[in-house]
Amino acid sequence: MRSTLLFIASVLGVVLITAALQQKSAQARVADPNMGRVFSIPGDQVGRPGVNVVFISDDQKDKFNTTMPSAMKAAYHAMIRTKLLALNPNYTKNFLGLDAETFSGVLATDVLTVSLKGATSYYDGTNVLTGRKLNDDVIDFSLKLIFGGTDGKSNPGLSSDNVNKNDKDFSNLFPYEAAPW
Amino acid sequence: MKRKILIGVCGVLLSGVIGALWASDHGDTPAVTGKSTDIADLYAFESPANANNMVFISNVQGPLSPAASAGAAFDPKTLIEFNLDNTGDNIEDLVIQCVPHGNKMYVYGPLKPHQPGLTSTIQNDASVVTEITRYGSKPLVGKSRSGITAFAGPRDDPFFFDVGQYIKIIKGEAKEFSATGADGLAGTNVLSVVVEVPKAMLGSADKINVWLETKQSK
Repeated sequence: MRSTLLFIASVLGVVLITAALQQKSAQARVADPNMGRVFSIPGDQVGRPGVNVVFISDDQKDKFNTTMPSAMKAAYHAMIRTKLLALNPNYTKNFLGLDAETFSGVLATDVLTVSLKGATSYYDGTNVLTGRKLNDDVIDFSLKLIFGGTDGKSNPGLSSDNVNKNDKDFSNLFPYEAAPW
Repeated sequence: MKRKILIGVCGVLLSGVIGALWASDHGDTPAVTGKSTDIADLYAFESPANANNMVFISNVQGPLSPAASAGAAFDPKTLIEFNLDNTGDNIEDLVIQCVPHGNKMYVYGPLKPHQPGLTSTIQNDASVVTEITRYGSKPLVGKSRSGITAFAGPRDDPFFFDVGQYIKIIKGEAKEFSATGADGLAGTNVLSVVVEVPKAMLGSADKINVWLETKQSK
């Protein structure tokens, strides 16, 4: 009788320990909740600030968002060149030395160029299109390129909106952006 | 010369932008305006805290008033995806994918996408998971052992622009910007995902091309 009880107890013990171990390893192998999810409905797409809004005609704005960047130049270079010259019919070259054909060609592939080896800034007086920092004045840079002429000093009334900083200070510590209002 | 330019500006922009709050990519396209997929801004910069790291920021659903911010939420059906090309052909070689689930943001990558283009599939475990920070709370941050840091939640909208004067110019009510501009985004917020990654994870090129996409699941 005793040996039977002992036997049953040890079997029970083994069963319980195995169940516990299986549960523990199952917990360690919890699947990622998004595993296998497919996202196929296109939404929005952005590289540089303001390109779609300013340079792409209304009837093309949604299509621009679903055009892969590698296909954008062929599809939109001419449209952007036309818009640039409509904005500034006196445009020859901007202060970076780009004529209308070249400038619109740069804008047409809507990607942000980012340096991995040096300073990153949209424009800081020295670095040009090597990234985009929170405090970069992308508006003034863009307006100056469109309206500022060859030395950046033409059309001063249209080349800066005279808003040079954000409503709150940024931080040099993660997550860098300011707390919400 | 100014008059010619003004007419050019009006003619080109009037039809598209009247009444629309233009700030970076805010309110750009009929299909996404006001939706959870609406991108406000993309930022990419070397971390000021660590020059070995790159910071990627995706701001969506802006501009949000403070009242709207309390109830704003990431959409569980919307993927926020940073696309990175490190070979110079404008095709993504790496993606960083951000998908909310419950009260957490799951960040995948940097990883080679299943296939480049319009459809994205999650095929890996998350690199880092962070609690989504609630409006009014101190930022919660997730960190991986591999050195990736992530934040998700409401932030002050970092964009600044005298959008009000811009609209007056294109409507012909003003000829130029004011001598002292007013930031039309002042006092507004966005929903933000901030991901900081070691540059070593981005390949060995001197530079990368970056763009941001939002996509939805069915």
